[in-house]
Amino acid sequence: MGAVVGTLTMQIKQRRPSTDTADDDMEMTMASHRPEGLNQLEAQTNFSKGELQVLYRGFKNECPSGIVNEETFKQIYSQFFPHGDASTYAHYLFNAFDTAHSGSIKFEEFVAALSILLKGSVTEKLQWTFNLYDINRDGYISKDEMTDIVRAIYDMMGKYTYPVLKTDAPKQHVDAFFQKMDKNRDGVVTLDEFILSCQEDENIMRSLELFENVI
Amino acid sequence: MAAGVATWLPFARAAAVGWLPLAKKTMPKPPVDSSSRSDEILYVNVSGVRFQTWKNTLDRYPDTLLGSSEKEFFYNEDTQEYFFDRDPEMFRHILNFYRTGKLHYPRHECIQAFDEELAFYGIVPEIIGDCCMEEYRDRKKENQERLAEDTEANELTDAPLPPHSTPRERLWRAFENPHTSTMALVFYYVTGFFIAVSVIANVVETVPCRPPKGSVKDLPCGQKYELAFFCMDTACVLIFTFEYLMRLFAAPSRCKFMRSVMSVIDVVAIMPYYIGLVMPENEDVSGAFVTLRVFRVFRIFKFSRHSQGLRILGYTLKSCASELGFLLFSLTMAIIIFATVMFYAEKGTKSSSFTSIPASFWYTIVTMTTLGYGDMVPKTIAGKIFGSICSLSGVLVIALPVPVIVSNFSRIYHQNQRADKMRAQQKVRLARIRMAKKGTVNAFFQYKEDRVDCTALCVKNRSAFEHQHHHLLHCLEKTTNHEFTDEMTYSELCMTESVGFRTSRSTSLSSQQGATGCCPRRARRRAAMRLANSTVSVSRGSIQELDTLHIKPTSIPQQTRSSLNAQAGDLKLNCGEHDFTAAIISTPTPPANTPDESLPPSPAPIPGILRNTRATAYTHDTFKISSL
Repeated sequence: MGAVVGTLTMQIKQRRPSTDTADDDMEMTMASHRPEGLNQLEAQTNFSKGELQVLYRGFKNECPSGIVNEETFKQIYSQFFPHGDASTYAHYLFNAFDTAHSGSIKFEEFVAALSILLKGSVTEKLQWTFNLYDINRDGYISKDEMTDIVRAIYDMMGKYTYPVLKTDAPKQHVDAFFQKMDKNRDGVVTLDEFILSCQEDENIMRSLELFENVI
Repeated sequence: MAAGVATWLPFARAAAVGWLPLAKKTMPKPPVDSSSRSDEILYVNVSGVRFQTWKNTLDRYPDTLLGSSEKEFFYNEDTQEYFFDRDPEMFRHILNFYRTGKLHYPRHECIQAFDEELAFYGIVPEIIGDCCMEEYRDRKKENQERLAEDTEANELTDAPLPPHSTPRERLWRAFENPHTSTMALVFYYVTGFFIAVSVIANVVETVPCRPPKGSVKDLPCGQKYELAFFCMDTACVLIFTFEYLMRLFAAPSRCKFMRSVMSVIDVVAIMPYYIGLVMPENEDVSGAFVTLRVFRVFRIFKFSRHSQGLRILGYTLKSCASELGFLLFSLTMAIIIFATVMFYAEKGTKSSSFTSIPASFWYTIVTMTTLGYGDMVPKTIAGKIFGSICSLSGVLVIALPVPVIVSNFSRIYHQNQRADKMRAQQKVRLARIRMAKKGTVNAFFQYKEDRVDCTALCVKNRSAFEHQHHHLLHCLEKTTNHEFTDEMTYSELCMTESVGFRTSRSTSLSSQQGATGCCPRRARRRAAMRLANSTVSVSRGSIQELDTLHIKPTSIPQQTRSSLNAQAGDLKLNCGEHDFTAAIISTPTPPANTPDESLPPSPAPIPGILRNTRATAYTHDTFKISSL
């Protein structure tokens, strides 16, 4: 009797319903976002139509929902910098891109930032960089904020460097920076001080032009 | 590097603007993007079906046919399109891979056809997405098994004898496939007949025959016709022994043959006879001798050589062993519980048949399987109550779980397999990611060394994307005024800094000298693993050289020493090879050759470090990997 029941039950093999919840995290909570029209974006940014098209195609391919969240951001950055840990710097960068502070980057924000970085004037670029360093957006770069940023950059280098990374290397770097930038020695760097000291530095000015042919 | 990441490269480069004010040194010049940046639509004609796609889409995977310059071979000037004489249905999937980055396996397609298409287009099947990977693997395994069966069957029956086979080989073949020659067939049937005779004789000799004259008791026939049975037994055993010895002689691998199941059965079948011959006709040992005769029944298993079905049954039982074991275990638990209960319930009564717990096992088994012989019966009320519970639960414990257990374990078995598969896949995927990262890291080192080379002989291999990526990493180095190195040099730096003296020491594959502290992995060697991007073994020169390293490449003397190690021996500069972006030979340190004086700090310029060799590239196993 057992054998009969056994064979009967064995015939009815049921496939387990897939209880895949792994993808639930990946789904965007918001509905997919469509950017404003091509013409508007062209007017708002310094890109041409063709460049915007190329940018959007790549963006849409990577993020079909139209928005990038911080996790994806960090992943992308970690793939570019496999040596070390790029997540902290990616976090600061994300905040700099996410001007609306919505927690995710839409295509307009993406393109706006790229427009400044690639096609903006020197002042605009420096302003953007100041914004990046100013973590709490209070208009001043304090030594702590600077140290955080520099430490994040050094984290990207990873452990295996030449010469060997000393633990106070970020701090030294920050001290040198403040020495240069903080004109009135009040412990914080304002936007004007920042722009002024950058403009005085030949190296920085030259480097700023380097990244213009990125697209 | 994942293809999609290429999209983000402009963004990453732009974001590098954030490092600029902090940089201690000037940024390096960016690579000149010589290729036309404007995207164009490519037309691909696959057997008449026209596909169109952006050039960038195909360029995402530069190590495949469509992503590399190999597709130029298929370019048709007249029609301005790429023509492939392949299956358009399959091509759809291939193209989707380029578009979405995920390769799917179409379930209705033949697995071999799919594999062939992948091979043609230069895509490794390992990148099939998780959604289709299991199906792909299962189908592939099935296919392989089917092919193996077919070829085995073909070989067994139809394969003609190799022309120069020794008599031994022929004999073995005759034993294994009796259909090949008449003699073998005759022998096969004769042995079969004698097995049957032997088994029947075993059975018949216990049947009671009419007693001989003058005796009342029934005798088993074995004793009445003792001589006849003995002669028959002898004849059978002689045949079996002869057969066994012949097989042993003919077997290609005697040890393996002796370990095989069939030969063990053969031995067990004939041993009792010989033992019986050897042993004296002693009453004391005759009991043991009788037991030995039981083993003669194993001769019936010799039939499995003659019967395919029996072999299959044995194989099935073997493969279900774990499930059966668990069933047995659960039954044992139930039996022990009830036996204990019954024993203690019936303990009080006199003349109780439940003399001990093991004695109660018998009752429990008989009751639970609803046999109910009635030889052991509870007498107390408690005993009867528990007895009835036992028989009721017998139905539940045995009859119901058996199908549930059977199907459960069928399911768990598949699940385990799936879990193992997924674990293996996960491992493979992580390893792939790790290797890809290492690939990019090592490619960057190569880039750095190449940068100082004026004759950019070998930079053509790298895509524009890689150029820009390396430039980005270089900018980061300049910002922090530190350089990326690999684990080896780092540990060397540790050592020299701690020890405090600077001796030049080339990293060596086999050097075991002074591996202390922070460099336990120096001497590890890894086999070359071909990757999509690159297999690079990074060898950094001595510490002395490190100072000059970012100016100069590895020096000539190392090259000559490395030629000692180069396994292929071809050190020609060949930059046309597409598979290897770089292969630097790591230099050995022959102990006699003290490196100190033999490494001049200013080597003659070498026209490029890229050598195309197949020396063992050894890859490091750890780089700090940021969590993905």
